[in-house]
Amino acid sequence: MAYNLKEVVANKPSRFTSGHRMCAGCGAPPAARMIMRALKPEDHAVVAGATGCMEVSTFIYPYTAWTDSFIHTAFECAGATISGVEAAYHSMKKQGKLPQDGETKFIAFGGDGGTYDIGLQSLSGAMERRHDITYVCYDNGAYMNTGIQRSSATPKFADTTTSPAGKVIPGKAQPRKDLAKIMVGHHIPYVAQTVGYMNFKDLYEKAEKAIYTEGPAFLNVLAPCPRGWGYPTDMLMQINKLAVETCYWPLYEVVNGKYKITYKPAKKLPVEEFLKPQKRFRHMFKPGNEWMIEEFQKLVDERWQELLDLEEITNRD
Amino acid sequence: MGIRERLSGNEAAATAMRQINPDVVAAYPITPSTEIPQYFSTFVANGSVDSDFVAVESEHSAMSACIGAEAAGARAMTATSANGLSLMWEMIYIASSLRLPIVLSLVNRAVSGPLNIHNDHSDAMGVRDAGWIMLFSENNQEAYDNTLMAHRIAEHKDVRLPLMVCQDGFITSHSIENIELVEDDKVKEFVGEYHPEHYLLNKEEPIAVGPLDVQSYLFEHKAQQAEAMENAKKVILEVAEDFEKMTGRKYGFFEEYKLDDAEVAIVCMNSTAGTTKFVVDNLREQGIKAGLLKLRVFRPFPVNEIAKALSHLKAMAILDKASSLNAAGGALYEDVTSAMYVNNYHVPAVNYVYGIGGRDTKADEIEGVYKDLLEIAKTGNIDNPYRYFGLRREAK
Amino acid sequence: MTEINANTPMEKMTPGGDIYTAGNAREFKTGDWRSVKPVFLSEKCKQCGLCFPVCPDDAIPVNKETLQREDFNYDYCKGCGVCAKTCPFGAIEMRKEDE
Repeated sequence: MAYNLKEVVANKPSRFTSGHRMCAGCGAPPAARMIMRALKPEDHAVVAGATGCMEVSTFIYPYTAWTDSFIHTAFECAGATISGVEAAYHSMKKQGKLPQDGETKFIAFGGDGGTYDIGLQSLSGAMERRHDITYVCYDNGAYMNTGIQRSSATPKFADTTTSPAGKVIPGKAQPRKDLAKIMVGHHIPYVAQTVGYMNFKDLYEKAEKAIYTEGPAFLNVLAPCPRGWGYPTDMLMQINKLAVETCYWPLYEVVNGKYKITYKPAKKLPVEEFLKPQKRFRHMFKPGNEWMIEEFQKLVDERWQELLDLEEITNRD
Repeated sequence: MGIRERLSGNEAAATAMRQINPDVVAAYPITPSTEIPQYFSTFVANGSVDSDFVAVESEHSAMSACIGAEAAGARAMTATSANGLSLMWEMIYIASSLRLPIVLSLVNRAVSGPLNIHNDHSDAMGVRDAGWIMLFSENNQEAYDNTLMAHRIAEHKDVRLPLMVCQDGFITSHSIENIELVEDDKVKEFVGEYHPEHYLLNKEEPIAVGPLDVQSYLFEHKAQQAEAMENAKKVILEVAEDFEKMTGRKYGFFEEYKLDDAEVAIVCMNSTAGTTKFVVDNLREQGIKAGLLKLRVFRPFPVNEIAKALSHLKAMAILDKASSLNAAGGALYEDVTSAMYVNNYHVPAVNYVYGIGGRDTKADEIEGVYKDLLEIAKTGNIDNPYRYFGLRREAK
Repeated sequence: MTEINANTPMEKMTPGGDIYTAGNAREFKTGDWRSVKPVFLSEKCKQCGLCFPVCPDDAIPVNKETLQREDFNYDYCKGCGVCAKTCPFGAIEMRKEDE
């Protein structure tokens, strides 16, 4: 059935409720809520959360913002935790210890800290073992929960509290890790990168595919952080749009190894339009630092071209 | 009547796991417990259990997956040793705080470093305050029996705590001994089914597990855990009583070996108790009133019971197979002497750290301890309570 | 209603901190975080739907029958302004809380 935003929002229940305590304007809740809406209303889900902003703000005793079952154990092991839940389901269902009707889906949410860095091993193990799970990384490009420290998802030059833009070193010295491609390297059936863009069609449809593809699936979702990135709280959707239109955050999916770019900007915007509204890149716009913007543009261009090439190569007959 | 077999300690633990037939086993190999997941995955491959075996990529993930599975409503088990337990450490605390009755087979080995794969108790002592019930086993039979009793204790509604069954790496894990097994159907009946009241996979009542527990709540949740550990004492004895009815084998918090009329005694855990019994018998033949208290239940620590059992002695030695490196004394020594103090018994007590990193524990060394105790009993002089045996030192 | 609060004795608290009433965060109102508030100007609204999914706090109710949005739920709105900035028709205006 074709995606209809109004029908989805009106008729599919919100499974990530109001009353959570994430910051005003945070990019993660709209994305997570839409991902959860991709579940069939009749299906139950068990959600695992890695320690991070989302977990500590949605499940503060005695309140939970999740209408499905939820488990949090620690920072680096959402992948292993959801593996255990899924194995229990598989085993108990096989033994007739659970009702045979209806389906339960398994979804993990981790920030870039819990996914790209400290949780990478646990995630990799879960993917390699082919559990029937969907792992969602809400990527806000730094350890926001502990106060904006750099992660391997932090873009080059970004000013964070552990990669400060100083007199000698201009912010983070290294480009960001490409986690989606690491996941593709696990040869799992579904990997996608997305963001809450326009009417959320791209995000919703990818979530639906991820959740209802048999076997492991991985979603990398950009989740802008007004505080960590230094932009006004009301600019979420503009930032998302600029990330996509500059090709800083390309929208694509990899289905059984075949790349498909799901949105190609008609006219790719210069990346400085994405960088400019964010205080974490402010130093790049000082006179004499033009080379930083040039280098950043080059990185974006190279990765975009690589993606175009991968799409071409993986779809050859 | 049971089934007579010859099994190693690891085989005994794995056999108990097969008979328990847990829903999920998640484990990562580490010497000397590696054989347990090996045996178990063979059971899975041959269809002799219904379990899902999750071949995780680390011990941290093993415990994380067990937590996920147990919270989901399943029975989850694992096995590890030494550094494997160290890597699990974070999750060990989380398992108990989430009140999940996971059962772990801990084959005791020295924690690095430097690297050593042989037996001591430094792994277990490192998690003694983690909120797990800890049972120690002298031999293969006890490792097996303790595992069969584990779920009844851990899953009891007044307890709901994880439990580890300890045995000595190589000394019992790799030694083949005679053992009496319980028939499969009797084990199934004894262990029973697991029906948690609340669990993640219950779609009729979705639940949330593992909150951010702020200043207003964590203290109370920790006190609940402490209370559960206290409750475990009663449950451990009840389960042991049922087990005795089924097998004729009697278990308590500890075994008193010729302790009643003893004047001097040793307190120790796991396989050293076997060697000590041999020495006690020899000394008794010489007319020396030697005895032994072999501790089975280290957590919860039977404070009052142990103090009472030792109160009549003229001198005692507490053997620690792990050094606390604290300039004071081993963990077991601290617990036993503290129990004596709060119960207002004064018995001269010395501590021996021994057997570190798999150093052999010989009968003549144990005998030497009794000789020391006789001297202390006679003179009342302790001099240095913090001692070693089996350690090479320059002659003074 | 969730009966557990900072005065609840330990005996009445759920073991392990489990919560058996999924979604009960709705009882926790976040509206008082707001310093500015969105005002819905229904006459300008074309019911395009773009504001529905962007609210981090799910504070824009949508009618199941008409598929049209209703006025803000100020119990939860934290005043971030994402909806106002997203609206192509100027149908959401941000005003100071006391105006």
